[in-house]
Order: sequence, then C-alpha cells, then structure tokens
Amino acid sequence: MIRLFGILAGLFFTVAVMWSFATGAFVAATEGLGEETAEHAFHKYPKDLHLASDGVFGTFDKAQLQRGYQVYKEVCAACHSMKFVAIRDLADLGYNEAQLKAEAASWQVPGIDPSTGEATMRPGLPTDYFPSPYPNTVAAAAANNNAIPPDLSLMAKARHDGSAYVYSLLTGYQAQPAELLKEFPASKTPTGLHYNPYFPNLNLAMAPPLTANGQVTYAPGNPDPTIDQMAQDVAAFLTWTAEPTLDKRKQTGWPVLGFLLFATILAFFAKKQIWSAVKPSRKD
Amino acid sequence: MSFPWARQYEPKNGLTKFLDEKLPLPRLVYGAIGAGYPVPRNLSYMWNFGVLAGFCLVLQIVTGVVLAMHYAPNALVAFGTTEHIMRDVNWGWMMRYAHANGASFFFIVVYLHIFRGFFYSSYKAPREMIWLLGVVIFLLMMATAFMGYVLPWGQMSFWGAKVITGLFGAIPIVGEPIQVWLLGGFAPDNAALNRFFSLHFLLPFVIAGVVILHIWALHIPGSSNPTGVEIKTEADTVPFHPYYTAKDGFGLGIFLLLFCTMVFFLPNYLGHPDNYIEANPLSTPAHIVPEWYFWPFYAILRAFTVDFFFVPAKLMGVLAMFAAILVWFFLPWLDKSPVRSGHYRPLFRKFFWFGLIPTMAVLFYCGGAPAEEPFVMLSQLATAYYFLHFLVILPLVSSIEKPEPLPYSITEAVLGSDKKAVLGENTTPAV
Ligand code: HEC
Ligand code: HEM
Repeated sequence: MIRLFGILAGLFFTVAVMWSFATGAFVAATEGLGEETAEHAFHKYPKDLHLASDGVFGTFDKAQLQRGYQVYKEVCAACHSMKFVAIRDLADLGYNEAQLKAEAASWQVPGIDPSTGEATMRPGLPTDYFPSPYPNTVAAAAANNNAIPPDLSLMAKARHDGSAYVYSLLTGYQAQPAELLKEFPASKTPTGLHYNPYFPNLNLAMAPPLTANGQVTYAPGNPDPTIDQMAQDVAAFLTWTAEPTLDKRKQTGWPVLGFLLFATILAFFAKKQIWSAVKPSRKD
Repeated sequence: MSFPWARQYEPKNGLTKFLDEKLPLPRLVYGAIGAGYPVPRNLSYMWNFGVLAGFCLVLQIVTGVVLAMHYAPNALVAFGTTEHIMRDVNWGWMMRYAHANGASFFFIVVYLHIFRGFFYSSYKAPREMIWLLGVVIFLLMMATAFMGYVLPWGQMSFWGAKVITGLFGAIPIVGEPIQVWLLGGFAPDNAALNRFFSLHFLLPFVIAGVVILHIWALHIPGSSNPTGVEIKTEADTVPFHPYYTAKDGFGLGIFLLLFCTMVFFLPNYLGHPDNYIEANPLSTPAHIVPEWYFWPFYAILRAFTVDFFFVPAKLMGVLAMFAAILVWFFLPWLDKSPVRSGHYRPLFRKFFWFGLIPTMAVLFYCGGAPAEEPFVMLSQLATAYYFLHFLVILPLVSSIEKPEPLPYSITEAVLGSDKKAVLGENTTPAV
C-alpha cells in the first residue's frame, strides 16, 4: 500500500516538474535563451593583485599598510566611513603610543561641549572609531548623485576576491568602449555615473578617486605614489581593516595543524596496534 | 538489550561500587560506548560519521554558547556585535569561524552518514526507528542552521530569511497569516531576529535529546555492517572499546585536520561575501542563495517554474522541497529487498552510483547557481530523477532484482569460509 502511494506520489512530482521542463524547453526553442546583456558581455573579473599577506605564510607589510592608511585618510575618507575600525587599532601598523595620539588628534570626531552640552566636533582620541564624513545617509546620498558610499571596514571581505576587486575598481576607470555602444546603444553610461568594467553593472556613482600620480605624498623611502601603487596600497590597507586578526589567525593555524598531525599519527598507530589482534580485516 | 556475550561492568573500587549502587552512570557508559557493547568487527570508515556528527554537535554547542555571551540579538546592533566578536573579543574570531565552519562540517558529516545509510540500506528493519529519528534530527539541523545564519544580520541573512519565510506565503489562504505570525511582522525585523536567536539557542539541545533517542534505538539491534548480514556469533563482534574508540579517535584526527585547515586558512571559503554587508531591506542582492548545504533542496524548490493545473508553481516548489526530505521517512517501507548492503545488490548499486549520486551533484551545483538556463533545465531533470529514484525505482528494483549470494556470516566475509578455523570451539551462536 505504501509502495503504491509512493509510486503515485513519485509520478506526480515527476510529471509536474517535467511539465515545467517542457514549457521551458519550448520557450528556449522558440525564443532562444534570453538576450545577451551589456553587463554580461563587458564585465571583467578582478586583475591579479599580489599582497604580502597572501597565501598561508603571508603576513602584512606594515609599511604598505601605513601608505594605504594615508591614501584612505587623504582621499577615500572624504566620502567613505570605516566605522568598525578604531584609531587605536592602527597600533597594528607599527605606530607607537605618541604617534597614535597625534594621529587621533588629526581627526575631528563628534563630541559634546562640556560646558553647554551642545553637539560639537573635537579632536579624536585613540579610543574613538573613525568618524563618518556625513551626518547621515540622506546627506551621503545627496552629495553623491543618490548613491551612498558604502562603509569600507569590511569591503575586502564583502566582495568576491575583495582586495583585488578594490585595486581593479580604482585602476579600472575608462571611457565606454565603442563596441559596447555599438552592440548595446541603450546601455550608454548615464550622466553622473562612471564607466568601470569591474563594477557588476558597469556604471558606478563614484568618480575616479585616484586621478593623478603623486596625488598623495609618501614619506621618503617609499615607492613612488603612482595611481597603481596607491591603489595597491589602499587595497592592502582594506585587507587589514576587513580582518585585522588575519596574521594571528594564520600564525595560530600552523601549531594547531602540527599538533593535530602528530596526534593523528599517534592515533593511527594506536588503532593499528589495537586491531592487529583481530587481523585480517574485511576483504571487499 | 545486548548480545549474550557482552561483557558485564564490574565496579572495582569503593568509589565505583558506590556509584554503581546509587547512580549507575559508569555502567551505562560501559554498556553504551565501552567494552560492554559488542560491535560488528567489519565496520568500514563509513561508520565513523555518527560519532563525528556527535562531536560536531558538541563543538557547535560549546562555540555557540561562547558567541552568545558577546552577541546581541537586536537588529540595530547585531551586525556590529558580530564584528565586535571578530575584532575585540579575545579569540572571538576563532570562535566565530569555528562555529560557522563547524555548521558546514556538521552537514558534510551528516550527509555522508545519510548516504552511508542509503547505500547499505541501514534504514531497513530492524533499524527503522534509528532512521526515522535520524530524519527528524536532519530536519531540526536544517531549522537550526537556517536561523543561525540570520543572526549576523548581513544581507544574505536578511534576504535568505525573507525568501524562506516567504515560502509559507505560497500556502493557499492560511499562508500569509502564518508567515506574518512566524516573523512577527511583514518582513524580517527585530521581532524575527529575537525569536530566531531564542530558537537557535534552544534547538541544538533538542537535537541532543533526539540524538540520545537515536543512539538508544541503535543499541537495540546494534550497528549494521558493510555486508548487511546480522551478527550471528561472538566471533562476528569486537567490543566497542578499545577497537572502535581507537578507530573513531583516528577518524576524529583526520576530521580535525581538515576542519582546522578551513578555520585557520580558508574561513570564508564556504560563506557568501554579501553577508559581510549589513542587512538593508531597501537593497536586494543580485543573487539570493542559501548556505551550500541547502542547495540541493533550493534547486528542487526553484525547479517548478510553471503552474501545474490548479497548483501554482510556487506552491508546487514548496511541496516538492518538503517532500524531497519527507520521502526519506518512508524508505524502510518503500525498499522491500531483504538484502541490505549495496555490495550484494547489482541493480540497486547501479542506480545508486549512476543515478542518485550524479543527481545530487547536479542539484547541488544548480542550487548554488543563478536561476538561469541551463541550470533551471538541469535542475528540472535532476528533480524528476530524484523523485523517481526514491519513489518508483527503489520499490521496483527491490522486487525485480536478483541479489548476489551473501556470506554466511560477518566472520566468513572477513576470514573466508573455513568455519572451524574461524569460529573456534567455544563460541556461542546467537539466536
Ligand atoms: C567623491 C566621493 C568618493 C571618494 C573620494 C571615494 N569614493 Fe568610493 N564610492 C563613492 C560612492 C558614491 C560609491 C557608491 C558607488 C555606487 O554604488 O554606484 C563608492 C563605492 C565604492 C566602492 C564599492 C563599489 C561596489 O562594489 O559597490 C569601493 C570599493 C570604493 N568606493 C572604494 C573607494 C576607495 C578605496 C577610495 C579612496 C581611494 C574611494 N572609494 C574614494 C564615493 C567616493
Ligand atoms: C546530530 C546528528 C547525528 C548524530 C550525532 C548521529 C549519531 C549516530 C551514531 C553515533 C551512530 C552509530 C555509528 C554509525 O553508524 O556511524 C548512528 C547510526 C545511524 N544513524 Fe545517525 N546520527 C545523526 C544523524 C543521523 C541522520 C540525519 C540520519 C538519517 C537521516 C541518521 C541515520 C542513522 C542510521 C540509519 C544509523 C544506523 C547505521 C547502521 O547501523 O548501519 N543519523 N548515528
């Protein structure tokens, strides 16, 4: 009885899904598999980016992180917040106590006037989090052609291949290719947006932030601040902001795996020893 | 019950004697997972996954309880407290990565455990109850994992919750009121987040309870084995301890090596980048996908694209998705073959390796892919085979197939047919 009901139920689902299949196949045969889109044809995957923190042995390059921080501070911070990172966290980049205090003081953060209780701005302390450039999202959207600049703290984890994506996006601005306009005349970049093949829908509201070599002045002893170099540096910095514990994680991983390997080998021989009495084992 | 030759627990010193009289917990352990539990001598490594699943459950509870100490189930701050755990809590990143990857590894282990059951027909008499409780555990695991994924309140958390609870809306008439009641509102928000947290904390303990029943039920017939031939004599068995404790220990080592490689070197590999973006009800992600372990069922859900007579496509998908798991409940009665192990069932074996396994692979792949061609058509074919396999092919195969000859006993399968050499003089045949 159960088997009879089972077979009937099985046939019901099979017929129902094949009905969907047949309808889909009919549509595909008569109308094709849907139109090709500009996004699909012209979108590019991120370029290769090699960072010191890559790979299972990689660790952050502190000098690069400091440069990247400088790019963030002098360029990106005009539009992007970084709300999960505190100024004290910069200690990871190699700054000492005094440098941290000075760095903190160079940021203006929201505060309260101690005598009147009114909202004011005050110089930051190391315990403050990085301030947002806009008072609220409405202001952010109003200043940016209706797009809200996303918080950058987690950007490197919030996109596929995030560090390389940030680097590619910053160096990927170009004029809209002529073939694109020929094939998809309706996909012309709207005014106020900027063509960038690394952005999923090809046009984004962020104007190219890095426009000239030497836009940021690096301290002596650092590489030349070319656009490409600045983009790599800020990508490295955002890799750190997304996961400041990255180095610690990998450095913890090795001893853990080493211990487990040792314990597993012991367990293997213990098992072999114990089972040697009931040999031979199963044949098939 | 146990086999007549099972060793009896003997308390040796004052303390264990005292305990044995007042609360015979050591006796229980000895008989359940100690030297007092005879187990077939020929279990393969496929029998390691039950113990590993138990380990995963404990791991999830331990890491989860620690995370709950630092997490706040409030839509305004949930995302931030998760980042607080990752950045400021000592070893918080390790706890969170272990918990997130622990869920994935729990599913890997349980899928292997279930597919072991399919191949060796472990669900058949006398083990129906073990199997039924197993399916209940699986359903509870899915509910727990789904609600857990909502807690960090990222984009996939929010939109996943919206899509899945939206499925209830497909039920005619009562669907929408049920959906609003489940969420405590019209879309996932603080009310939903709070109840999901509460239930996500509770359910693992419910699972633990059902696992106890599962293992209790297992101890009545004892474990099956790769031949599917039941235990006949003492020679067919070895005591669980030290033989299987040692084998499970080695298995646990391999498991932990793989698990820790993920946690320390690829912790976000199985996750979705969008969940590092805070939930935003106003911005829909390009592709909403659940966690990988739901993909086969998500593919079945999306395979139904047109109405089937008076049944709307969406409802059909929801019915099929639930049916895909519910059919497992009926397996013990659908598969009538008296032979258990796939090793002795030539036709069944072919359908398993060349039908079910590729089908599951296709469903997995399509469930994670965008709802475009060719993935939709592929998942439709795979869905059709899925239902045919369990509901039509299995019952038919079990009545037409001619099984290959079975060994007389486990011992014979292991050592060859020289009974005298094998059984020795003083073995007691079982009933
Ligand atoms: C003039 C303001 C402005 C500046 C300066 C700026 N951005 Fe942006 N950024 C935006 C806006 C607006 C968006 C949103 C774009 C959209 O969604 O179309 C954005 C988006 C982004 C995105 C996300 C793209 C995506 O995939 O959604 C990244 C990454 C980014 N910016 C990085 C940077 C970096 C790094 C810098 C500094 C070198 C920087 N931005 C400087 C305004 C700015
Ligand atoms: C929390 C999850 C689970 C735990 C902790 C668990 C635990 C165990 C343990 C310890 C065993 C004995 C060892 C072994 O055979 O591997 C076992 C056997 C078994 N389990 Fe599970 N299990 C879980 C989930 C499931 C699920 C989801 C199913 C099926 C849907 C299932 C079906 C079975 C069956 C049929 C057996 C008997 C196998 C045999 O003797 O051949 N279990 N389980």
